[in-house]
Amino acid sequence: MYNFEVEKPTSIADAVAALSADEAQALGGGQTLIPTLKQRLASPSKLVSLSGIAEMQGMRLAAGSLCIGGATSHATVAAEATGSYPALAALAGGIGDPAVRNRGTIGGSLANNDPAACYPAAALASGAVIVTNAREIAADDFFDGLFTTVLEEGEIVTEVRLQVPEAANYQKFVQPASRFALVGVFVAKFANAVRVAVTGASEEGVFRWSEAEAALSSNFSADALEGLSVAPEGMMADIHGSKAYRAHLLGVLTKRAVAAAA
Amino acid sequence: MTKVSMTVNGKPAQAEAEGRTLLSSFLREELGLTGTHVGCDTSQCGACVVHVNGVAVKSCTMLAIEAEGADVATIEGQAAADGTLNIIQQAFQDHHGLQCGFCTPGMVMSTAALLQENPKPSEQEIREYLEGNICRCTGYHNIVKAIMAASGQDVSAIAAE
Ligand SMILES: Cc1cc2nc3c(=O)[nH]c(=O)nc-3n(C[C@H](O)[C@H](O)[C@H](O)COP(=O)(O)OP(=O)(O)OC[C@H]3O[C@@H](n4cnc5c(N)ncnc54)[C@H](O)[C@@H]3O)c2cc1C
Ligand code: FES
Ligand code: FES
Repeated sequence: MYNFEVEKPTSIADAVAALSADEAQALGGGQTLIPTLKQRLASPSKLVSLSGIAEMQGMRLAAGSLCIGGATSHATVAAEATGSYPALAALAGGIGDPAVRNRGTIGGSLANNDPAACYPAAALASGAVIVTNAREIAADDFFDGLFTTVLEEGEIVTEVRLQVPEAANYQKFVQPASRFALVGVFVAKFANAVRVAVTGASEEGVFRWSEAEAALSSNFSADALEGLSVAPEGMMADIHGSKAYRAHLLGVLTKRAVAAAA
Repeated sequence: MTKVSMTVNGKPAQAEAEGRTLLSSFLREELGLTGTHVGCDTSQCGACVVHVNGVAVKSCTMLAIEAEGADVATIEGQAAADGTLNIIQQAFQDHHGLQCGFCTPGMVMSTAALLQENPKPSEQEIREYLEGNICRCTGYHNIVKAIMAASGQDVSAIAAE
């Protein structure tokens, strides 16, 4: 790891000011960034730690949405969202392992947009609004391909507002070595629509499976998915699963998620 | 360099650290607490698990500066001052929960965190909680047994296989 300075602001305003410096980068829980720095894939001259900012911690319910501070750990969501949004709590409690969940944050996970990460699927399926120091971004507009989002340089995710559905479920087929999702599907049923978000599958990153959404919106049962499939072209392929395997898996997981939520 | 201060195993500790100094290096190289092992240095194996403010973290994936002012517990603080093993350590010994011992500090610290959250975990819960702790020797079976014993549960259900 190349050396860098570390700053620990206690307010969003101070963090944004610190991030305006040349080659400064935000540090969330460090569970992705520290390994990246060790590999020298990034070489910021300054890290701005977000962990000391009280206004970015914790969660509250407001207008049907669960609003989670951008620096809130996966462990906190797993423990505290069980009543307000159980499917989300279960997703957070299934990320990595306990030590990763104690440090990793929702803001870091969304900003990183790993194509196999769990939170991007929850944000997309929940029609979330991603709040930054500068603006509010709909989850539908936020993710921009592998490891890319529409966040500008120095912009930080301060809060994530997830609409709480009537019923929801996340099915993750665990890649046993990395503990990320080989494929993960989040199904959320709202009063007037169903949203289905898929992670770990597409070469473009997390996406909504609109045909399944349409079928489930008129009939919320696994049977409604009969005969629907996603074309293997455009799926990711690696030693753990081919394109066809992932395309098949996402169909199976969607059915399981609907069956578990219904 | 910055002066970093924390409480380690109940005692104040202070040393110089760079921005990039990992908590694992700080403990091992600055404080001489080499019980915390670095198995992978890539956040995978859990040999480096310590507690920071009461929760388990991988010390190879946390900056020392981030632990400024924190209460840190390492394997060195687990046994009593006279060397008497604590209940988890004794159970690992009694049930042969270690072979080479490299993973053991992390296993013991993860177990301590588990039993704080869940004093009587099921076998399944133990296996899930230890997902981030890799052992190359034991095949996990005797580790699970040791943890059942340390939590005062019947180990005969986990028969030798
Ligand atoms: C062993 C292991 C297993 C894992 N398993 C899973 C899994 O199953 N599912 C899963 O989804 N993830 C998994 N992860 C990733 C984990 O969830 C990370 O915590 C997460 O991806 C990054 O969050 P972080 O807070 O640690 O961010 P960091 O590592 O600190 O930062 C990641 C990136 O986001 C930026 N950033 C951080 N916070 C913010 C913010 N608030 N606003 C804007 N930018 C920010 C940083 O500058 C950096 O570019 C795993 C990680 C490990 C090490
Ligand atoms: S050394 Fe930290 S996880 Fe392996
Ligand atoms: S006892 Fe050797 S790695 Fe676990």
